[in-house]
Amino acid sequence: MATQPAEKRFSHKKLERNVSLLGFFSLIAVAIGGIVEIAPLFWIDNTIEKVDGMRPYTPLELAGRNIYMREGCYTCHSQMIRPFRDEVERYGHYSLAAESMYDHPFQWGSKRTGPDLARVGGRYSDEWHKAHLIDPRSVVPESIMPGYAFLADRDLEAGDMTRDLTALSRVGVPYTKQDIGKANDDIRAQADPDAGAGDLVTRYPKAQVRDFDGDPARVTEMDALIAYLQMLGTLVDVEKAAPQEQAHVPAVASGASR
Amino acid sequence: MDDHERERGSDAEQGFATMDDLVLKAGGWLGLALVALVFAALAVDTPFAVHMIIIAITCMIALWFRVSRADYAGMARGLLKMPADQGAYDDDPVRWGVIATIFWGVAGLAVGLYIALQLAFPALNLEIEYTSFGRLRPLHTSAVVFAFGGNALIATSFYVVQRTCRARLAFPGAARFVFWGYQLFLVLAATGYLMGVTGAREYAEPEWYVDLWLTIVWIVYFVVFVGTIVKRREPHIYVANWFYLSFIVTIAMLHIVNNLAVPATIFGSKSYSAFAGVQDALTQWWYGHNAVAFFLTVPFLAMMYYFVPKQAERPIYSYRLSILHFWSLIFLYIWAGPHHLHYTALPDWAQTLGMVFSVVLWMPSWGGMINGLMTLNGAWDKIRTDPIIRMMVVALAFYGMATFEGPMLSVKAFNSLSHYTEWTIAHVHAGALGWNGMITFAAVYYLVPRLWGRPRLYSLRMVNWHFWLATLGIVFYAASMWVAGIMQGLMWREYGADGYLVYSFAETVAAMHPMYLIRAAGGAMYLAGFLLLVFNVWATLAGRVREEKPMTETPHNAAADRPLAPVPAE
Repeated sequence: MATQPAEKRFSHKKLERNVSLLGFFSLIAVAIGGIVEIAPLFWIDNTIEKVDGMRPYTPLELAGRNIYMREGCYTCHSQMIRPFRDEVERYGHYSLAAESMYDHPFQWGSKRTGPDLARVGGRYSDEWHKAHLIDPRSVVPESIMPGYAFLADRDLEAGDMTRDLTALSRVGVPYTKQDIGKANDDIRAQADPDAGAGDLVTRYPKAQVRDFDGDPARVTEMDALIAYLQMLGTLVDVEKAAPQEQAHVPAVASGASR
Repeated sequence: MDDHERERGSDAEQGFATMDDLVLKAGGWLGLALVALVFAALAVDTPFAVHMIIIAITCMIALWFRVSRADYAGMARGLLKMPADQGAYDDDPVRWGVIATIFWGVAGLAVGLYIALQLAFPALNLEIEYTSFGRLRPLHTSAVVFAFGGNALIATSFYVVQRTCRARLAFPGAARFVFWGYQLFLVLAATGYLMGVTGAREYAEPEWYVDLWLTIVWIVYFVVFVGTIVKRREPHIYVANWFYLSFIVTIAMLHIVNNLAVPATIFGSKSYSAFAGVQDALTQWWYGHNAVAFFLTVPFLAMMYYFVPKQAERPIYSYRLSILHFWSLIFLYIWAGPHHLHYTALPDWAQTLGMVFSVVLWMPSWGGMINGLMTLNGAWDKIRTDPIIRMMVVALAFYGMATFEGPMLSVKAFNSLSHYTEWTIAHVHAGALGWNGMITFAAVYYLVPRLWGRPRLYSLRMVNWHFWLATLGIVFYAASMWVAGIMQGLMWREYGADGYLVYSFAETVAAMHPMYLIRAAGGAMYLAGFLLLVFNVWATLAGRVREEKPMTETPHNAAADRPLAPVPAE
């Protein structure tokens, strides 16, 4: 058998008799796709086109985002508007890569049992959000969303947020030393207008400072979640980015403004 | 690799050990329990403390078993334990695995039915955080995929690798650690979801410390599996083991890379993913899609490659096809992740690459289906007479259907309609209930009488009932969700003559209600069928055999079984 020419060439029989070779080649086979597809995203510059206005989450927004994740909101709500006429009309300008550049993890979602939330910020009042979260059917009769009344009753116990900001800065979010040092005070400062916001808004431009849940006496989980929802999609001025994207429209239409 | 070497290997593993070994191991468990208690005391959040206490209790139970089960008389003779019977396969972990599969199956399906009903009747969320949809949904997906599916895979892989290698499990203690360690992972993950501990990335929800634990368990699993192949008595590694091996290796790679994260503190449950935004999305769906590929496809094909030929008593149709579709399947599948991110902020080149590879993937997928179905060549009559074969055939049919639908949905034009809708849910469940569920049921029915030494199952007719309940359940489930998904997609994009969107989002939610009811009915039928399996297995273990007519009754009239006598002409 060994003298036959077929045995001299590569034969699959070798793999079938050697578990190390089989394991090695199957690892090579599965490694290639990921290397080719994922690795370039980390160094190709145009993966995330730069836009003005993006900033890291304030500690209160971050705490709200953690509640959003804790309650599994991503199982029913997406945060990724696709560039279709109906979606743009329904939810707003399609989502830009830069808008989730500080999202560890991303929350684009995969299912819309409820509507997209990428630009829900500023669309409804704080009172609406509170009423809706406590009893969704009180404001949207067709809704099948669970009620989250307990959020309003519960003090926000985010723990020591300096740790969270430190962890995020370790994975690349540009929090300054000052941001990290003031993390716990910033929570109070954003949710309680009487406490004085200090330099919160200069460090976090467009941060919304107010009592979100109608209960100024304390900072609840409801405060944090509404603060997060109200900032979604509000940081980037998408209209400013629009002329660049319209580069292909006929000169007649865009000529006047240039 | 001569026989002498193997002989010495099996002698060594019988483990001549002394009292020192027992003290060392018992001390190790005690130490781990104490460390866990220290972590519980220092915990910054309640769920983390609860989890550390669960770990401490587990370590104490392990310690108690180690001390109370030790063979002290044997130890006096210099043995830690009487050597196991080397003439029989090591099937204890397989038996436990089958029981665990059934237990988690009931849990996962019941939670699935409950959350399906929540979508129809939101009052079922009960206004309690622990029972709200957002927390139960990860519990459902993890319970069916990782608990039901995972236990079935670990149990069958231990069964199959021993038979096809003609060798006992390489490291019996490690195999037991894999089983119990995996159950601890499942308990930590499941209780974590209920308490709101989640990484919030689908199918990768467990937090950093649970991920670390799973990594340890998985590496030991790899060692046991490969160790058993190394000590095999057959020259060839059977094709089922290629699939199991690729499953173990690739899941390790996916799990480790996707779950890279920085914990806020090592005394708390919260961590932040190492990646952000676009990169995080693609890493996650590279993982997520290949959880489908290397958890729900590749190792289930391994089950097919063992149990279908055994049950049909026919050899695999084509060995060459199995080589071809194995390598092409594992190479191509890994590329398909980006089709979960069509039209998102992911760069277009990655989306297109994902789409192309997803479409190409259709071929190797069907290669597996064809190889399984054609194995029945010459035994097609068994579909009529053997309900277990019938389950396998329908499983393969659903596999073929889902792997056609998958490439279709990954075409961007289709995806623009189907994405974010119930169509995805229909697709997933056709695959999960039809393919993974059915092939697992068939494997359980095959294994139970053999593992517990029973003449046959309690009732084959009950298997038949299970088959029909499950099949009808899937039809109701998938059909209602197809209709719901297409309706949803079309309603979202419907424009009126006035140039405005016709439907508000709330109206599209209301339109889903009847479909959600039909889906829940389908799920209830599927669960009812599974409860028949539970009863059937329980009765079989209890040693009962139901008196029943056999499934096949081809009539045979001996009197008519003769040539026609020539009749003289008139």
